[in-house]
Amino acid sequence: MTPQGFVQGLLGAPGHPAMAVYRNTVMKGCIDALEANFSSVVRLVGADWFRSVAALYVAEEPPRDARLFTYGGGFSAFLGRFEPAADMPYLEGVALLDLLWVESLTAVDADALRADALAGLAPEALGGCRLIPHPAARWSWHPGLPISTLWSRNREVGDTTDLGDIAWQGEGLLLTRPGLDVQWCRLTAGGAALITACAQGHALADAAAAALTEDPDCDLAAALALLLEQGAFAAASTSSRGLEP
Amino acid sequence: MKLTAGVSLKPQHFEEAERTRADGLWFEVHAENYMVAGGPRLAWLERIRSCHPVSLHGVGLSLAGDGPPDAEHLQRLDALVRRIEPVLVSEHLAWSRREGVYFPDLLPFPRTTSALHRMAANIELTQQVLGRRIAIENPSHYLALDGHEWSEVDFLRELAVRTGCGLLLDVNNVFVSAHNLGGDARAYLDAFPVAHLMEVHLAGHSVDANTPLLIDSHDAPVSAEVWGLYRHLLARAGRPVPTLIERDDRVPAFDELLAERELAGHVEALA
Repeated sequence: MTPQGFVQGLLGAPGHPAMAVYRNTVMKGCIDALEANFSSVVRLVGADWFRSVAALYVAEEPPRDARLFTYGGGFSAFLGRFEPAADMPYLEGVALLDLLWVESLTAVDADALRADALAGLAPEALGGCRLIPHPAARWSWHPGLPISTLWSRNREVGDTTDLGDIAWQGEGLLLTRPGLDVQWCRLTAGGAALITACAQGHALADAAAAALTEDPDCDLAAALALLLEQGAFAAASTSSRGLEP
Repeated sequence: MKLTAGVSLKPQHFEEAERTRADGLWFEVHAENYMVAGGPRLAWLERIRSCHPVSLHGVGLSLAGDGPPDAEHLQRLDALVRRIEPVLVSEHLAWSRREGVYFPDLLPFPRTTSALHRMAANIELTQQVLGRRIAIENPSHYLALDGHEWSEVDFLRELAVRTGCGLLLDVNNVFVSAHNLGGDARAYLDAFPVAHLMEVHLAGHSVDANTPLLIDSHDAPVSAEVWGLYRHLLARAGRPVPTLIERDDRVPAFDELLAERELAGHVEALA
């Protein structure tokens, strides 16, 4: 076989029967990686369905990085537009949380800002304070869908076949890794808007306003306390000085 | 410490690997799985490294690719090498990247003189960035490509001579390739430049479901034929060579891998 024929055989056109061995190995490597990276989706839909859908995704967006734990950045969106999965509108969000979990797991290690780090600040100083998210902190808000309950029940119990008792409402999730293990908790729309604004570089007073715009009933003190307790921030800085963890 | 036989290290065996003490024991991991910024995986590898020698086996540099290795990938390998200080670093006589797409396999190419020049330059660049010698492994073959100007053994020898790199001989790959392409595995070993040999891989293979081909599947114990070839190789080398029991799929209990490692140790002791 010629080298050009080999590449063509690898990428699609059928050729020599032995080409199937290379094609199978490449496809298996890609699908195995997706199966490892999206374990909650696998448990929700079953391995057979997952692997056949994953094969379609591989053909559309093959990996571009040899670190296969990063593979599948577009898989969540792919599931969202995958017509046969239209009756499972939660798959896209669950896949996103799987992706965020791997990102949190493999992010750079850092100490989290202590929960009491802001305790001594006067209100004006607190409002001008900029909180810098921890490198392993990830969060998302899913309007209208109980993605956090589905995902965390899937991770904690594994059994998500009975969706009957889940309240069908918008939910957010916060993933943090102040040590070696990824932990998670529910996040309100206000809490998600708060940390999103902090990540965009806004001072806490502006971030609070953003949270209230998103969620007028937001309990700001509780939302901030939760983020701090979970280790969602790495550092805080005011205009005059920085606070270490 | 002198390396004897080592085993592939999988996350499910981290704790047992950390506890185990055995003369000359070492562990090998795929470098790409540990190219993380932080987190538990890297922390575990550092703990293993604090009590055992660790070898980094790369699968993604694409040294036989149509261009230089991906600069970011090479930088990540360098960062990992600095952090882990591995006892061995190895890569493959193969390509896995083309036009930005990564193929998770070790793919063949025509061993031409221009490919030799290109690959030698890629190995030299890698050794320069890492500041150390690496070993290059023979892949398994399933298909006879047209256009070879060099035998695999001669190509590997020439790379070693030109770049100073070492060679990693995968005995199972020799057996599988000889079966699939119709060659003589023993003659391959007899021609192999053992002076450049830095490491040996031993693994199991399986029969393809749809063709008569043998697949280098790393999902079974080492076969009797491959053990025989290994004894032949070491008799030729006349010295023990660090030897890895490779297992990537259907990974058995840690003790089973250690028992297979003992077998390799017995063969090595006779060399």
